[in-house]
Amino acid sequence: MTLLAAESVTKRLPEGVTLVSDINLSVEPGEFVAITGPSGSGKSSLLYLLGLLDRPTSGRVLLEGRDTALLAPPDLAALRLARLGFVFQFHFLLPEFTALDNVLIPIRRRGALKPDAAEARARGLLAALGLADAAAKLPEQLSGGMRQRVAIARALANDPVLVLADEPTGNLDTKNAAAVFDIFGRLAAEEGRAILVVTHDADLAHRATRRVHLVDGRIVSDERS
Amino acid sequence: MRLILDLARGMLSRRRRQTLVSVLGVALGVAFFIAIASLMRGFQTYFIQQVIDVQPHIVIKDETRRPLPQAAELALADGAVQINGVKPRDRPRGIRAAGDKIAVLEAIPGAAVAPILTGPVLLRYGSRDVSINVTGIEPARYRRVANLEKDMLQGRLEDLRSAANGLIIGDALAVRLGVQMGDSVIAVSPRGVALQMKIVGIFHTGLVSLDQSAGYTLLKVNQTLQDRPNVVNQILLRLADVTRAEPLAREIEDRFGDRTESWEEQNRNILTVFVIQNAIMYSVTGAILLVAAFGIYNIISTVVFEKTRDIAILKSLGFTERDVQVLFLVQGVIAGLLGAALGCLIGQLMIEGLGQVRFRTETPAGNDRFLLAQDWRIFAVASFFAVASAAIAAVIPARRAARLDPVQIVRGAA
Repeated sequence: MTLLAAESVTKRLPEGVTLVSDINLSVEPGEFVAITGPSGSGKSSLLYLLGLLDRPTSGRVLLEGRDTALLAPPDLAALRLARLGFVFQFHFLLPEFTALDNVLIPIRRRGALKPDAAEARARGLLAALGLADAAAKLPEQLSGGMRQRVAIARALANDPVLVLADEPTGNLDTKNAAAVFDIFGRLAAEEGRAILVVTHDADLAHRATRRVHLVDGRIVSDERS
Repeated sequence: MRLILDLARGMLSRRRRQTLVSVLGVALGVAFFIAIASLMRGFQTYFIQQVIDVQPHIVIKDETRRPLPQAAELALADGAVQINGVKPRDRPRGIRAAGDKIAVLEAIPGAAVAPILTGPVLLRYGSRDVSINVTGIEPARYRRVANLEKDMLQGRLEDLRSAANGLIIGDALAVRLGVQMGDSVIAVSPRGVALQMKIVGIFHTGLVSLDQSAGYTLLKVNQTLQDRPNVVNQILLRLADVTRAEPLAREIEDRFGDRTESWEEQNRNILTVFVIQNAIMYSVTGAILLVAAFGIYNIISTVVFEKTRDIAILKSLGFTERDVQVLFLVQGVIAGLLGAALGCLIGQLMIEGLGQVRFRTETPAGNDRFLLAQDWRIFAVASFFAVASAAIAAVIPARRAARLDPVQIVRGAA
């Protein structure tokens, strides 16, 4: 089954500016998709629409076959919590909480695991990303690359089928940026998750298995490697 | 919910200083409320206690509340009757059938009953004349409704029986007349009866009006002096439960027709002053809490403003608007609870401190300190209002936080 499908998705701002228009796109499990394009091409807007953070002006987004336009905000929130994971350009970790607690927030919010199991899962995620020693540290005590990896661990907290990342390497040096893309590649290839990454870095985009290029809110090319 | 609490605590603890300031604001409001309320309540309770203590709880008088209806009015109730120039019948005053009424009243459980006859008397000693009010009492009954016995400086109530025409007077009156225990004075009533009376006791109540111009003798003696044999003009009642006074007074008046006043009715002016006093107290402390609430509004607003990114990420992770709203409401309530707890502590300390204050003035009642009420209800009310106002103050910023659109924030940050 198609994991994520966009059908003629258009987003227009009330002022009349069109952010994305007539997007048709489907993503299968295990795909690692890079969305590229010049700034202002609407790639972030598309990501928010596909990540159910925003609603399209027209067209529809289907997640695992469900039409998300029919869902009320609390149901969308529940869907994001259970099925999606987000990584942003800024790590957006809560500064008052340790790396471990930050990863635990979505797990605890979902409430499907007992406290012991939740903590074990969070520690496991951190360890898998090479952050076993950072669990008890506050975000301010971590380097930029480590913070972004904690953010990835948090995105994976509830075992999402789809991970959405908006310029996740924008604040990282080349080495850390490459490491983040390696992680995404592994998540797609080994764990079968679909990854959607917005980036303007063409070199990094080539690490993905599929590249969707956007210009002025429209898809101009969609190539697989 | 545990998660929301943890998040709220984390967010507040990060802004420790501002949190402390707004918590302190609430705490001061609560503390002042507690201190002032316990001062006022203490004073009022003491005052009412005094009133209840020195006065009978119910007084039945030899008058009616409304003039007695005329016969013509009764006969022609619906007619257009106007009666002019009515001369009241010269009816001997006094409570009629007093003996029967006393018997009925004594059957009321928890009630002590004492009949008295009061009347003006001129006391003459040597060349000095002083006009006083003499109350004729039956010592055995009267001591159960009034506190005269406690106030005796010299002599006892029973001494009224042992001496012929014994008289007990206030200490200030004794000084004015220049009499001492055992001296004889001449008492003259408006009816012209004159008796030689012996001072068998001296009392001091602290109330100048009583100490200067009140005297007590036996009921029989006063009836002779006033030339009103077997007449009683007041019946006094004292109850085990003072709160029953007002309803019972109404019941008695309905039954006997005699004007019956409870201690509440007799002191209505003072009780009204208390109501106004309480209103002032509540407005002042309400104002303090209002200021404190603004402090809480301010800190929650600041937190919301500073935490927009965190709010955005929480919402993108899958927190609902409700979750976010509760998260910030909880922060307000936490600040309110901390403030209430701290305020109760400070309030208790203030009460202890006020309790140490001593005045150097000699007040009639002999008080040299603040009278403080220790009532858990004051603490409960103050805490409730603190937490409630904190929660209300947090509602507006919490709603604003809940409505934040994560897309706009993330886009703005990127």
